[in-house]
Amino acid sequence: MIDPIPPVILFMAGALLVPFLRGRWKSGLMLLIPVLGFINLVRLEEGTYWVVPFLDYQLIFGRVDRLSLLFGYIFHIISFIAILYALHVKDDLQRVAGLAYAGSALGAVFSGDLFSFFVFWEMLTVSSIFLIWARRTEAALASGFRYLLVHAAGGLCLLAGIVLHVNQTGDIAMGFLGLNGPGSYLIFLGFGLNCAWPILHPWLTDAYPEATITGTIFLSAFTTKVAVYALARSFPGTEALIWIGAVMTAFPIFYAVIENDLRRVLAYSLINQVGFMVCGIGIGTGLAINGAVCHAFNDILFKALLFMSMGAVMYRTGKINGTDLGGLYRTMPLTCIFCMVGAASISAFPLFSGFVSKSMVMDAAASGHMRIIWFMLLFASAGVFHHAGIKIPYFAFFSHDSGLRPKEAPIHMLLAMGIAAFLSVFIGVYPAPLYNLLPYPVEYVPYTAPHVVGQTQLLFFSALAFTLLLLSGIYPAEMRCINLDADWFYRKGGRLFYRLMARTLNPLNEVCERWVAGGLVRGLAGLAKDIIARSALFVMVNIWIVAGWRGEHLRMKKLNLYADMMGGTCPVGLGAASAAAFLALIFVLMH
Amino acid sequence: MQSKNENQTVSASGIRHPESGIQTPASRNYLFDKPRNVKVLLGCFYVSLLVLLIVELFVHKHPHFAWEEWPEFYAVYGFVACVVLVVAAKYILRPLVKRRENYYD
Repeated sequence: MIDPIPPVILFMAGALLVPFLRGRWKSGLMLLIPVLGFINLVRLEEGTYWVVPFLDYQLIFGRVDRLSLLFGYIFHIISFIAILYALHVKDDLQRVAGLAYAGSALGAVFSGDLFSFFVFWEMLTVSSIFLIWARRTEAALASGFRYLLVHAAGGLCLLAGIVLHVNQTGDIAMGFLGLNGPGSYLIFLGFGLNCAWPILHPWLTDAYPEATITGTIFLSAFTTKVAVYALARSFPGTEALIWIGAVMTAFPIFYAVIENDLRRVLAYSLINQVGFMVCGIGIGTGLAINGAVCHAFNDILFKALLFMSMGAVMYRTGKINGTDLGGLYRTMPLTCIFCMVGAASISAFPLFSGFVSKSMVMDAAASGHMRIIWFMLLFASAGVFHHAGIKIPYFAFFSHDSGLRPKEAPIHMLLAMGIAAFLSVFIGVYPAPLYNLLPYPVEYVPYTAPHVVGQTQLLFFSALAFTLLLLSGIYPAEMRCINLDADWFYRKGGRLFYRLMARTLNPLNEVCERWVAGGLVRGLAGLAKDIIARSALFVMVNIWIVAGWRGEHLRMKKLNLYADMMGGTCPVGLGAASAAAFLALIFVLMH
Repeated sequence: MQSKNENQTVSASGIRHPESGIQTPASRNYLFDKPRNVKVLLGCFYVSLLVLLIVELFVHKHPHFAWEEWPEFYAVYGFVACVVLVVAAKYILRPLVKRRENYYD
């Protein structure tokens, strides 16, 4: 047996190899990579591997501990699922981007120093952008550019933070940082941008729904979860995160209720779920951190499942707006069932995966006597059921009959959804294997009578509220519209900036053109053309007049001198003489 | 529910599949096309709500907060939270942020 290799290498090698294969070989290799990677990962023992000296520092490409391993496992699982789901796609751009994206995420979670982490962090952005652009629509292109600019800004912020931090401490290890000093604040903010913190979040809800059907599955899994990993690694127990997380859970659900594009509804609920993780990391107790990373593991599965089911609907009907869909359970029953499994999981129904992880964060908040936080999280739990749990399946598969009778999703999509659905239920029913992988020992018991009854009550009465509001007509109808979000500031602000610059800089440019290019430069050029000849004339004519030259002779001498100067045909002695005179002048002036 | 079927591809003879163009008869009855089935489903739902309310009274609780001991706390909170959510989203957030679809173009 060969020794384990860095997980990122397998994926990157695959990404390079894929374009050169054809047909079944290509699909086979794509599916084989995560499988091989998983075997490779299972053989990795905890420890530090692949240390590369670089200048005065040590780059670590394999810091393997329980935290990075857990993210490593789920990234391999979701890569397999996403690749299986995307088997029909005949676009090498997406295949390569998907593999490179997954590889970068693995590189980031296993890197033990800030330098290599930063490089993988940026590779995440660069590779993921192609999953958005590959949709090849104008909206996707524009959205991709905004995504790129926002992430470039976030990346620079992180880089500045790393430079300051290394300058301050001389240490590049990627470990606990905590908030101390400007460097750590910038790093914190850089992580936060990828984590979709409130106000920094619109790149996510803007770009994910514009990506390709299969690209969104990759996107939903990696960028935000790597950020969650980074926060769990470097900022556990940072109090600010508790409040940031709680706000993240609460505000997107309002948007999700009135949003028409169902993939955008899921993007909002993604922020909501990441909020639970951020909040758990902020609380920072063993239970809370366990809850946060456990929820990240589950969320990757059920969020991908929901995106896959909506993707299948989009693939078959070409539509994704709630206003255009409805009644699809008739001809897409399996997709409908998988979607409902995802919905039940994200809503944390007992026996589904969300139940065994989200409640750990809730419990940690309660143990810390954080009343307001606890109420906000409970509100978000009810709300997430409302928009992701009921709204998504209801408006796509039930509701009014849209008249669409599409075929069931293709077999590979059903398989991919089936695997994700199976895992979501399996973890929900039998959480012990996952609990054994968590960073801290788990004493938490999710299935107690009051917890099960309380949670079921919460969800069922949310459902009752939905039913009654719908029947009474109060529930907001889906509308063809867009809802403004924090991206307004840079989308409109960017345009304002552009106009402002055009208004001020263009006239300035014209004035400069007229006065500098037209006036000053022309004058200077004219002057420079014969200034030497003219000054020579000025000197010589005076000398000649003193010497007694007059009339026609003087005119001839002037003409000859001018022609000689312009033609550069003066005798060498003259040049030497003037140089000597100049030096003499300098000598005289200096003494 | 308001149904807005502008883009519907229903024709008199049946429904056209958007990709294949295959016509399938629209007359076939599916599970929830019968109002009776919807009623049965809703009935089951209401009964399960009642069962949950009753079961809760017999569950021994070990709460972190005092209010978790109040009878039917989670049921009331779930219901109220969702009503507040929908009402706030519809009457406060939507008027503030809703714009026409080509607002940014």
